[in-house]
Amino acid sequence: MADKATFRIWRGGNGTGHFVDYATAISPGMVVLDAVHGIQAADANDMAVRWNCKAGKCGSCSAEINGKPRLMCMTRLNTLDLSVPVTVEPMKTFPHVRDLVTDVSWNYRVKTKIQKFKPRKPDAPDGTWRVQQADVDRPQEFRKCIECFLCQDVCHVLRDHNLHEEFIGPRFLIYTAQLEMNPLDTGDRLKDLKDRDGIGYCNITKCCTKVCPEEIKITDNAIIPLKERVVDEFFDPLGGLFKIIR
Amino acid sequence: MAEYPIHEYDVLVVGAGGAGLRAAIEAANAGCKTGVITKSLLGKAHTVMAEGGMAAAMGNVDDRDNWRVHFADTMRGGQYLNHCRMAELHAKEAPARVYELEAWGAIFDRTPDGRILQRNFGGHRYPRLAHVGDRTGLEMIRTLQDHAIHQGIDVYAEHTIVILLMDGNRCVGAFGYDRERGRFKIFHAKAVVLATGGVGRAFQVTSNSWEYTADGQALAYNAGAALLDMEFVQFHPTGMVWPPSVKGILVTEGVRGEGGVLRNKDGKRFMFDDIPDNYKSSTADNPEEGWRYTQGDKSARRPPELLTRDHVARCITREVKAGRGSPHGGVFLDIAWIKEKIPNSIEHIKKKLPSMYHQFKQLADLDITKEPMEVGPTTHYIMGGIQVDGDTQMSSVDGLFAAGECAAGLHGANRLGGNSLSDLLVFGKRAGEYAAKFAKERWAGKLDQAQVDDAAKIALAPFERGAAGENPFAVQSELQNAMQGLVGIVRLENEMQQAIEKVSALRARAANAGITGHREYNTGWHTAIDLDNMLSISEIIALAAIERKESRGGHFRDDYPDKSAEWAKYNLRVTKGGDGRPKVERVPVVPLTDEMKLVIEENK
Ligand SMILES: Cc1cc2nc3c(=O)[nH]c(=O)nc-3n(C[C@H](O)[C@H](O)[C@H](O)COP(=O)(O)OP(=O)(O)OC[C@H]3O[C@@H](n4cnc5c(N)ncnc54)[C@H](O)[C@@H]3O)c2cc1C
Ligand code: SF4
Ligand code: SF4
Ligand code: FES
Repeated sequence: MADKATFRIWRGGNGTGHFVDYATAISPGMVVLDAVHGIQAADANDMAVRWNCKAGKCGSCSAEINGKPRLMCMTRLNTLDLSVPVTVEPMKTFPHVRDLVTDVSWNYRVKTKIQKFKPRKPDAPDGTWRVQQADVDRPQEFRKCIECFLCQDVCHVLRDHNLHEEFIGPRFLIYTAQLEMNPLDTGDRLKDLKDRDGIGYCNITKCCTKVCPEEIKITDNAIIPLKERVVDEFFDPLGGLFKIIR
Repeated sequence: MAEYPIHEYDVLVVGAGGAGLRAAIEAANAGCKTGVITKSLLGKAHTVMAEGGMAAAMGNVDDRDNWRVHFADTMRGGQYLNHCRMAELHAKEAPARVYELEAWGAIFDRTPDGRILQRNFGGHRYPRLAHVGDRTGLEMIRTLQDHAIHQGIDVYAEHTIVILLMDGNRCVGAFGYDRERGRFKIFHAKAVVLATGGVGRAFQVTSNSWEYTADGQALAYNAGAALLDMEFVQFHPTGMVWPPSVKGILVTEGVRGEGGVLRNKDGKRFMFDDIPDNYKSSTADNPEEGWRYTQGDKSARRPPELLTRDHVARCITREVKAGRGSPHGGVFLDIAWIKEKIPNSIEHIKKKLPSMYHQFKQLADLDITKEPMEVGPTTHYIMGGIQVDGDTQMSSVDGLFAAGECAAGLHGANRLGGNSLSDLLVFGKRAGEYAAKFAKERWAGKLDQAQVDDAAKIALAPFERGAAGENPFAVQSELQNAMQGLVGIVRLENEMQQAIEKVSALRARAANAGITGHREYNTGWHTAIDLDNMLSISEIIALAAIERKESRGGHFRDDYPDKSAEWAKYNLRVTKGGDGRPKVERVPVVPLTDEMKLVIEENK
């Protein structure tokens, strides 16, 4: 590997800005976040960048690297072409704050609207529950989510069509799926999914699944089954009839 | 004199990790107007990184477990310097706190009969750690976060507190700025809970993030509160050592709990060579028995790899110093070997340790199901912190409470793995409960504008010095080198003296730190502000470590390599003296009750 590489980093605040090229020393095993930190410590003390764990566990360091939504801390330099500058930009779907930092507060607001977990009565006299592992494998998959919001960033319904008011995005579809598929939960969020959360906007392009650093099968395992449940509940005439008779 | 917005609360919680969120939930449920402040976004605090699990004697996997055994394990692990009342409360209350998480939506791994599964961990006699694969911290923080957002709590994400506001000896709020815009804010509160975590960024090789700059400890110390046990820093035995950029990132103890073994370059399991006397009766003396233990054989004793962290870390350091280390200066941690024992080992490892599998695959190009990892000690945790009352978590300052890693007491000289996450819940809840009680019984105290103005002036000074001032990142990095090299895992009096001189030189440079740019999300500025906390607390760690002339738990001195009976009687307490300098004093260890003595005896 060459001992220097150039990073073309977006600098500026509130939507305005420009790329600045920085050359920095690189060593084996480095990730993009290391390079950004090296640049920050030496040449750009005031550069805004979020991070916490440096191990793909906290979902803070999301950015677009060479145009692709990725975690900076999990993107090894040896997976990139260093003969040309590596571009590092903030996520595009959220309002820009400064440099690599965006305003992701919309995501936090969306979550508060979703009906919270409501457990069934405890199964045992000591107030605890009995649940088989096989029955929680699926919701556990969704609970691996580190809230990096890369799936939100890439989803065209949000990114290109700006339907933030009508569509909660893949992150919160798996959040809802996790609640709906939790065997202890007694809530019902299907009507909300259809009417308020805009599940119908998703046309199953699977872009979200492709960028998820936790490799959650967002579309296949969460969105499609949820869509099926919504259809069964509201559009299937026989299903509807069954409900009335019951 | 500038005007800053004032936000009024009954209870203000500084920190949104496990301890802070649990405290806030409790205070809000008690009917208090509650605010929570965090330097990062919500859900990103350190707690998110915890891997192995949380310790609670539920007895789901081994019904011989109960609070008495957990209490005795915690005291033994802490080498009896623990606040015994806290250890008792912790052992008794942890199970209820874990079940409560389940009631709030957490989904733990299950036993075959459908209860919460528990795993083995170092220093715990029975399988005791409730867990979710190796991402337990994520499950915990997300559960608390998702519960908290429905409790009417105000969250100030990406805000940093720079001082506590005082009315005499009473804490009446805090002053800070929002990182995004750089605007100052006053938080006026009847009670304040600190839950700010640890100090790991003062060291070069650490599993800790940028947030761990000793803020809570320094805020409390500057407000007049006492700190305790600051010499006890935990070096986790297994951090990554290669590649250089990931040095220090944690490799969970869960790897050893699942059967992983430590070997030196000659392939020898060196941990069998050095088993401390007080653990001999409970430690396996051959590999076969150790393996059976990890697989749940109740008649087997634990393998020596699962001895306490301080001990394992020192054994690794010894192997490396003796030239028996791995190519990059660590030793080998091997889980792949279990293929000799179980047929589907590859799938098994991926299921039990998914994030370790990913971490090594992605960051080190290494497949842990096939090859051994290279690991070495990393700065992980501080046992010491703000001295608190065992029941209420109030510090020596009226109205100031502390919980979680920033508080001292529960862990004594060494923390057992898994005892932190349960600590956060048990004492986070208690801090919230008693802070709420305090807030209801008291009037709001008076704010003093002069304190605010001073703090704002100090905070803004680096802008005036601009590019001509010191680079704050450079100062930080020199401090990290000094602490790592001179106050690290093996300590010597004269080296620690050097560290203190170094810290005071760095303090002069930090006072001259300069930055350019605006106040909006300026990480250089944030680092410049954090420096003072790191320097103060680094000095205090070194002073306490010099004072304790023995080796115990996380504190190991080459010039006093043995435990001393005399030092077993004292904790070290640090307060700010009248001259503004740290004052280190011996205080007697909280005495055991007769019942506790009995419990310890019966679990020997
Ligand atoms: C990699 C790793 C793995 C671990 N695994 C385990 C495990 O398996 N089991 C276990 O029991 N323990 C484990 N630990 C230890 C445990 O995770 C931590 O000790 C614990 O999470 C600390 O929680 P806390 O609530 O005290 O603080 P944190 O979760 O660190 O939260 C601190 C909060 O305070 C805020 N804060 C700090 N300073 C300020 C300020 N000045 N102004 C405003 N806000 C501030 C921060 O932003 C943050 O929100 C692990 C630690 C690490 C690093
Ligand atoms: S599959 Fe649906 S949610 Fe995912 S990116 Fe495509 S449209 Fe968006
Ligand atoms: S689902 Fe995946 S991509 Fe989306 S926020 Fe969660 S971890 Fe990130
Ligand atoms: S820093 Fe935590 S995911 Fe990258």
